[in-house]
Amino acid sequence: MWKTRIIALLILLLGIGLGFFVYKSEISHRNLAPDAKITGVAKYPFKLGLDLSGGTHLLYKADVSLVDSTELKNSMDALRDVIERRVNVFGVSEPIVQVQNGGFSNAGEEHLIVDLPGVTDVSKAIEMIGQTPMLDFRTENPNKDQVQEATVGADGVVKLNINSQFIMTDLTGRYLDKAILEFDQTTGEPKVSLQFDAEGSLLFEKITKENVGKTVAIFLDGEPISIPTVNEAISGGKAQISGNFTPTEAKTLVGRLNSGALPVPIVLISTQTIGPSLGVQATTAGVKAALIGFLAIALFLIIWYRLPGIIAVVALSIYVVIMLSIFKLLPVTLTAAGVAGFIISIGIAVDANVLIFERIKEELRNGESILDSIHYGFKRAWFSVRDSNISSMITAVILFWFGTTLIKGFALVFLIGVLISMISAISITRVFLYTLNIKNKNKLTGFLFGSGFSDASTITANVMSIGRQAVQK
Amino acid sequence: MFIIKNKKIFVTISAVLVSLSIISMIVFGLNLGIDFKGGSLLEVEYTNSRPEQNIIEETIKPLSIGETLVQPMGEMGYSIKTRDITEQERAKIMQSLGSNAVEKSFTSIGPSVGAELVRKSLISFILVSLGIIFWIAFSFRKVSKPVSSWKYGFIAIVSLIHDIIIPVGVFSILSHFSGVEVDTLFVVAVLTILGLSVSDTIVVFDRIRENIRVGHFKTFEETVGRSINQVYVRSIATSSTVIIALLALVFFGPASTRVFAIMLTAGMFFGTYSSIFLASPLLVYVENWQKK
Repeated sequence: MWKTRIIALLILLLGIGLGFFVYKSEISHRNLAPDAKITGVAKYPFKLGLDLSGGTHLLYKADVSLVDSTELKNSMDALRDVIERRVNVFGVSEPIVQVQNGGFSNAGEEHLIVDLPGVTDVSKAIEMIGQTPMLDFRTENPNKDQVQEATVGADGVVKLNINSQFIMTDLTGRYLDKAILEFDQTTGEPKVSLQFDAEGSLLFEKITKENVGKTVAIFLDGEPISIPTVNEAISGGKAQISGNFTPTEAKTLVGRLNSGALPVPIVLISTQTIGPSLGVQATTAGVKAALIGFLAIALFLIIWYRLPGIIAVVALSIYVVIMLSIFKLLPVTLTAAGVAGFIISIGIAVDANVLIFERIKEELRNGESILDSIHYGFKRAWFSVRDSNISSMITAVILFWFGTTLIKGFALVFLIGVLISMISAISITRVFLYTLNIKNKNKLTGFLFGSGFSDASTITANVMSIGRQAVQK
Repeated sequence: MFIIKNKKIFVTISAVLVSLSIISMIVFGLNLGIDFKGGSLLEVEYTNSRPEQNIIEETIKPLSIGETLVQPMGEMGYSIKTRDITEQERAKIMQSLGSNAVEKSFTSIGPSVGAELVRKSLISFILVSLGIIFWIAFSFRKVSKPVSSWKYGFIAIVSLIHDIIIPVGVFSILSHFSGVEVDTLFVVAVLTILGLSVSDTIVVFDRIRENIRVGHFKTFEETVGRSINQVYVRSIATSSTVIIALLALVFFGPASTRVFAIMLTAGMFFGTYSSIFLASPLLVYVENWQKK
């Protein structure tokens, strides 16, 4: 008996401790000075999704038609790293940059998701990502004389489409180690020196070796900026762009190249911006709904299930603090849909208790002692509890697997909720019910374990009389 | 026994509700939102006073954005729906609305993203349906006479379809009168109802089989009737707690999840109704029909 009581006490303490952690971490995070060092529990605030915190969500499609399929993952990872660096330079707090690989469900398109919490100026956001240059090297098109495309401009000047004159090589900004601003010692003209990494150096050497006496074009964002003629094979991976830059142009180019050139071109295909006020409204409403939902369920449990109901409310409170702690510690990014999932999970969490209490009542009616009824009640209800949650878990897992960010937010919270609620409803309620150690069956305990408008003992009588009537008929 | 005795009435109620839902779906239709179709939605709010709707429409017209749908939103706002527009076009619209207009939210979804979501939704729907059907098959794998196990499964699926069609019907009515559109959360709601409502039916059927094994009752009809008597309180109690939570979400929760919560409430309510008042009576019908 004492063992059960000690466990019950430990569970209560754990619940209080977690509750304290949730409260304290939220308060201390909110009171942080803007540039203060984050220490202790303040490191664990709730992580809010863009629809609650306000911010911008950008979805890019990566054009990987020119990337070899074996190199696909590397290219996309490199793309993510580059964009991440870009965004970080900009000083956005906790940006999320992730690759969404092409598969059957998105028709093989490679996507890049960029979430920028707190950034509501879309044009600024798009600019800071799009700013990154696309650098690549192209060699002369062997059929360049046949594919000449020329257009006559309105001013009568014949323009040669230079793009058709060159073919792409494997050497792109991906292999760039760093870019340096230099000035020509004699003319003082600004130049941009490029240093390739090991792989890039080999590529560059190969390209220059094969094209001695020909031109190799350096393209930036799809436009040729410099078309030097190769005099000899260049090893060591150093190249120079002298493209009639002004010193400022050269300087920005170096900065942009160093922050990373995009390994593959990207196109913006979807934008979403949530203003800060809308996010705050949604958060407040979500918290309010959760509180009211919780209180209403607690009231229902206590009125309908009396003593076990009170215990279920304690178990439910512990469930809530466990969930909130998991949200903070994992952390789980909370969206409006996720909050909805959490509120529904509070309703589902008591289901297990309801099943158990109904079973206990049934055992009591069958004439078992209170302790035996509790024992069998838990044992026999477990299967119903497990079974009734499996279908919800099937749904949650599939939604998580296939969902978009929004759906995932719901599915993850819902799945964690169903799992934790099964454990908490079964184990916590059981320990508390045993701790009370009610042995005597009398009018009071009959009332306490009863439900609705009748108590457990009178129900027995009613059921028997109904049963008799049924048999007589 | 009340339910089994009056099974005709309850099954009729279900049939009528399902028919009404289907009619409403056909008449009102289900409008696909920009999540699926692609397009842009710009929500703005005015700080002091809101101009008339036609003024807004006239302001946007010269921007040659194409077809534009302006709808009032809340007390001081408008939502502006267009094809998927670029950042420059968004900036132009905001500029034309004047400095009093504050952008609340902006969503622009390219057609390929919409197509992707349609595919993902269909895959999820098929997988969840398969998963649930396998789960039902697994739950009823032990054959029990007089009704064979696949019939339990079949009826469980029939009541599942019932549980889905009614909330979708409710949605189509909402969609007609308040202009809500089928979005990602609609799909989540339908799939969540699939998961939530099947368990109730399984609980009732489980009890029926248990009582058949124990063999207390003389006829199959009586077994079903008494089984319902034994479980309906807890079925209603478990659903009530979820419905309480959902109603809190409907009345106090964020606007973005309101329709979602209404659909789930309808799903929970009719899911419980169907497990007690539809699935079990149908089981008796099947048994009676088999005897003939």
